[in-house]
Amino acid sequence: MIEAKNVTKRYGTTLVVDDVSLRLPVGGITSIIGPNGAGKSTLLSMISRVLPMSSGNVLVDGLDVVTTPGDVLAKRLAILRQDNHLTSRLTVRELVTFGRYPHSKGRPTVKDQEHVERAIQHMGLEALSARFLDELSGGQRQRAFVAMVLCQDTDYVLLDEPLNGLDLKHAVSMMKQLRTAADTLGKSFVLVLHDLNFASCYSDHLIAMRDGKVAFQGRSEDIMRPDVLRAVYDLEIAIQQINGDWIATHYR
Amino acid sequence: MKRFVAAAVVIVLLALVSLFIGVGNVSWNSLFSPSPDERALQVLVISRIPRLLAVILVGMSLGVAGLLMQMLARNRFVEPATAGTAESASLGMLTATVLAPQLPVLGKMLVASGFALAGTALFLLILKRIPLRSVLVVPLVGLVLAGVIDSVTTFFAYRFDLLQSVNAWTTGDFSTVLRGRYELLWVTLGLTCCAYVAADRFTVAGMGESFTTNLGMRYSRIVALGLVIVSMVTAMVVVTVGMIPFLGLIVPNVVSLFMGDNARRSIPWVAVCGAGFVLVCDVIGRVVRFPYEIPGATIAGVMGSVLFLYLLLRRDARVG
Repeated sequence: MIEAKNVTKRYGTTLVVDDVSLRLPVGGITSIIGPNGAGKSTLLSMISRVLPMSSGNVLVDGLDVVTTPGDVLAKRLAILRQDNHLTSRLTVRELVTFGRYPHSKGRPTVKDQEHVERAIQHMGLEALSARFLDELSGGQRQRAFVAMVLCQDTDYVLLDEPLNGLDLKHAVSMMKQLRTAADTLGKSFVLVLHDLNFASCYSDHLIAMRDGKVAFQGRSEDIMRPDVLRAVYDLEIAIQQINGDWIATHYR
Repeated sequence: MKRFVAAAVVIVLLALVSLFIGVGNVSWNSLFSPSPDERALQVLVISRIPRLLAVILVGMSLGVAGLLMQMLARNRFVEPATAGTAESASLGMLTATVLAPQLPVLGKMLVASGFALAGTALFLLILKRIPLRSVLVVPLVGLVLAGVIDSVTTFFAYRFDLLQSVNAWTTGDFSTVLRGRYELLWVTLGLTCCAYVAADRFTVAGMGESFTTNLGMRYSRIVALGLVIVSMVTAMVVVTVGMIPFLGLIVPNVVSLFMGDNARRSIPWVAVCGAGFVLVCDVIGRVVRFPYEIPGATIAGVMGSVLFLYLLLRRDARVG
């Protein structure tokens, strides 16, 4: 279980994340939604220790992320941030293989290679595996990064806007992959999503943030309601139930 | 692998040829005839072979140092000669020469390494504080910092009448290499091997701090290791033969074009191509005005700037 206690991030006098306490359930998909600047990415980065907190603490399976050695955490928790512009020219396969580093320490075994191949396959990157990252489109590159993080094979996977730049087909296929991994392998995903409907259709748990605080949390039917979404987004959002999914129609 | 062997063979052949180029008459016959020419043998052992070894060691280590710099700064356009490292090492040498002239070369080299370390760390610190890190701002910051440090060095060198020494440190020239005056450079081979052993860490660090943290490594430790390697290599080169411009810039960039940036694969290539680049520069410098010599650094400057322009324009074309 991931447990955040009184987590705060302050830049000067600006509070970006304001005293957030959360328990993220084990297994399944949790999605964080909310308007720009709500502190979603900052919270995710602090939970995954890539950004220092101003105050508070985060426990992953009881391990404090600040004091636990990095290589121990790297086998339990993986994070993919939003801005991944690499200057390095690596091939897709090389990048994905680095996802095994916490296990292989640079000497990939046969088992590591299997993980790499599986991750490449899951993200549909077989044909691109020998290409350099700077020769790919933004969406293809995004899939390569997700493949790397999945290859890390951790219990907790945190993805900041994993659907960024993906076309519809690959967005659906990515969400299905995550769903399958959550259901069959018992992995826990925490996503930051901007697409309400993807969040609604695929998540077990939704967290709505606003102004650095958790405004609401619950299951899809608790969050996908006009009054809740109005309070989060300042926008009239009609909700319809289609084939059992709660769908927001906010385009007009 | 085949290509690598081929490249290595070419370099070895070129190295053998270079042994027979120079004012003193050293030829195959004079060495391997039944009654070998003592003088030719001496020239070979005291001057030509040490010179060749110095060329190869400098080429390998400076090339790899350039690669490390580029990964630490996450920018393709920096190298020890344009980011203040070499200038700091010169300032360190000057300080040691003025304040502790009796210090042995090894001691001076350590002082120069310390200065190089501080200068490069300062460069990385400035980069961390600059909000907008455009690709071209990074090398410009390096050039400005290098210029500031260099002007301090020049001022004091002028006051203490040491401008000539400073010139020797900043302009790489292999003509002064003799047996007994280059052996410090063997340490650079050890440092290059260190870089190879830690290659995966440097590749990961090149992907950025959060990638590194995510994979369970301490970014600051990798940066510290890289800084030590880069500073010591630069200081040793500055102390023994003087800086070679563009080497650390051109060679890793060319290798990156066809090999990519996985350091485990690219470091051997950078080492071999770096040695080849310096060797070619040194040989050209020896033959172009025979029997006089042009310093290898000057040739490297000319060849390097042409190659660099080519890379720059090519890269822009691809980005656009």
